Order: sequence, then structure tokens, then C-alpha cells
Amino acid sequence: MGEVEKTGPLYGPTDVDPSEADLTRQAHGEPLGERIIVTGRVLNGDGTPVPNVLVEIWQANAAGRYAHQGDQHPAPLDANFHGAGRCVTDARGEYRFVSIKPGAYPWRNHHNAWRPAHIHFSLFGRNFTERLITQMYFPGDPLFALDPIFNSVPAEGRDLMVSTFDIEVTEPEWALGYRWDIVLRGQRATPMER
Amino acid sequence: MTPRPQTPSQTIGPFFHVAITSAGPVTVGAGDGPLLHGRVIDGAGAAVGDSLVEVWDGTHFGRCHTDAEGWYSFQLPAPSTPSSDQAPYLAVSVFARGLLGRLMTRCYLPANEAAPTADPLLRSLPDDLKATLLAAADSDALRFDIHLQGEHETVFLAV
Repeated sequence: MGEVEKTGPLYGPTDVDPSEADLTRQAHGEPLGERIIVTGRVLNGDGTPVPNVLVEIWQANAAGRYAHQGDQHPAPLDANFHGAGRCVTDARGEYRFVSIKPGAYPWRNHHNAWRPAHIHFSLFGRNFTERLITQMYFPGDPLFALDPIFNSVPAEGRDLMVSTFDIEVTEPEWALGYRWDIVLRGQRATPMER
Repeated sequence: MTPRPQTPSQTIGPFFHVAITSAGPVTVGAGDGPLLHGRVIDGAGAAVGDSLVEVWDGTHFGRCHTDAEGWYSFQLPAPSTPSSDQAPYLAVSVFARGLLGRLMTRCYLPANEAAPTADPLLRSLPDDLKATLLAAADSDALRFDIHLQGEHETVFLAV
């Protein structure tokens, strides 16, 4: 690996306002949908927590529509939901977002193609090679077997993209809790031509 | 600590702009150096209009989404004086909705003539492949096109 790839942009708690982790409070009113908390740890391949990772997320609203001009799915937009948030992992490697559960949506890839509900995650590790963009799914989605994007990952890796419902994360009279840990690749040998 | 398998990559998809707003030209560092621009092109020669290009020089980071014609652009910081045997480069990532994961490559910036022959990666490549990693002078800017596939495919590095 070259010297440049051994480093990467570094972030800290002051780079992000804590309010940016709450996607339900980005407008004047509350978005429609099922309120959720999504939390977990960012880890090294050896299980060590990684603090100060910038985590950015984006997602569709509860009806399965992105607040993006390119999304033509005829489901309602929600003026109170922009669908983007970010935070920096704390000293224990933990991130935490409050949001609403995204809806499934059609994407015209093939006849009757629907994406399972998911949240896009972007992470900066401690160096350039650890950079990761992926998607988090919700447990038990009946669309998993039909989705070519979910199934683009070898079978043994698919569960690693699925969050688990967690009653300990769930807050009474408020929001359902999901837990999802993210494991970065860590340092490896010299990059080779693919 | 228990070893944990790496979380798989998934495509960035077409809607990342809701979270990552980065229209070019993007200023990197002080932005007092050359303009670096280029196009992201697929295997059929068509522009890739909603990809994300990220650059990192070891100190400064920038990211830019491509426009409808596949163009990205960065106003780079002034280059530090390279040592005689080092070829300065930007580490580059490309994400696009047609890609399952990230592509990683390097954009070598113009330096002294001896530098490319001293660089281990460039030295390992035949001239036609080496050329895919070199930013070229383009009027008063630097040009670096990224070919995802096809005859002119850019050399990508294993991540």
C-alpha cells in the first residue's frame, strides 16, 4: 500500500452537530411513519471499536420515496422528511440515529422489481482503504430473496447487512430499536491491480 | 477480541445526493493549485452521470458527483515540492449506481520526468496501462478520465 492510502480524512465530534443524527427533526413538523432508532458499533476486523468514524446515511421516506428529483415513484413525498443524517462514532465506536422506517419501493430493474427497505450507510475509516458505502436492511424482509442488489453479496455475507430488532434499544412509547454493527476491512497488504 | 467478518459493500445507488452534495468544481484544501477534471465513462463509452469521485492526497480530501455528461472537477491545492524520486498522486475512489462496490485507483500528477520510473506501481505496468493513471495537461487544467470498463479501462487497485 502506498503512503497516501495508509491515511485518510479524519473526523471528530466537533465536525458534526448532534442534531444531524435525528432525521425526524429536520423540518417544522414530524415526518409520517414508524419512528426508529438505529444504533451499533463500528469495528475493526479484530473486533476493536473504531471511534471518530464519520457515518452518513440516506434513505427513502415511509412511503418508499426519496426526496430526490430523480425519484419518480408515485408515492407521496413528506415535507417533514429529507432522509439524510450523519454522526461521528463515540469513544466506544458507537453511532446512533433516530429516523423513520423507510418503505420498500419499485425500481424497474426487471418486472415487478422492489427494493427491500434499507438505509444507505457511508463510512470513513481511519485510512483511505477502509472507506465503505453499503446498505442496512431490516430483519425478515420478504423481498430479500427477490432483490439482485441484496443478493449481489455472496450468501454467507448477506446476514451481515441485516440489522436485528432490539428491545433494549427500543424506547417505550417512543420508537422501535434496531442494532447493526459495521466491520471495516482494516489494513491489509499492498493493493494489487484487480 | 473475536475476529469479525467485514461488512459487505453495496452500491451507492442513484439517490446519494440527498446526503452528499458535491457539485464541481470542488475546492480541495486551499484550492490554490491546478484544476483537475475529467469524465467517468462506462464500458460502452457512455458518460456515467451519477457517480461519486473522491480524492485524497494524504492531507486533503475532496468529493464531487459527476454531472449529466460524466464530468467531475476539483480545484486542487498547490502541490508540495516532490522529492526527486517520488511521483505525487491522488488516491481516488469511484462509486456509481452500476457498481456493487467501490473502485479504487490513483491519479498521478505531473512531476519531474524521473518520478514515474521510480514509482513501484507505475514501474510494474506496461505503457498503455500506465497511461490510464497519469493526469494529462489539458489547456490550463489537468485531465483525468476514468474508464470503468472496456478497451481503455483504468487500472483499478484491489481494495
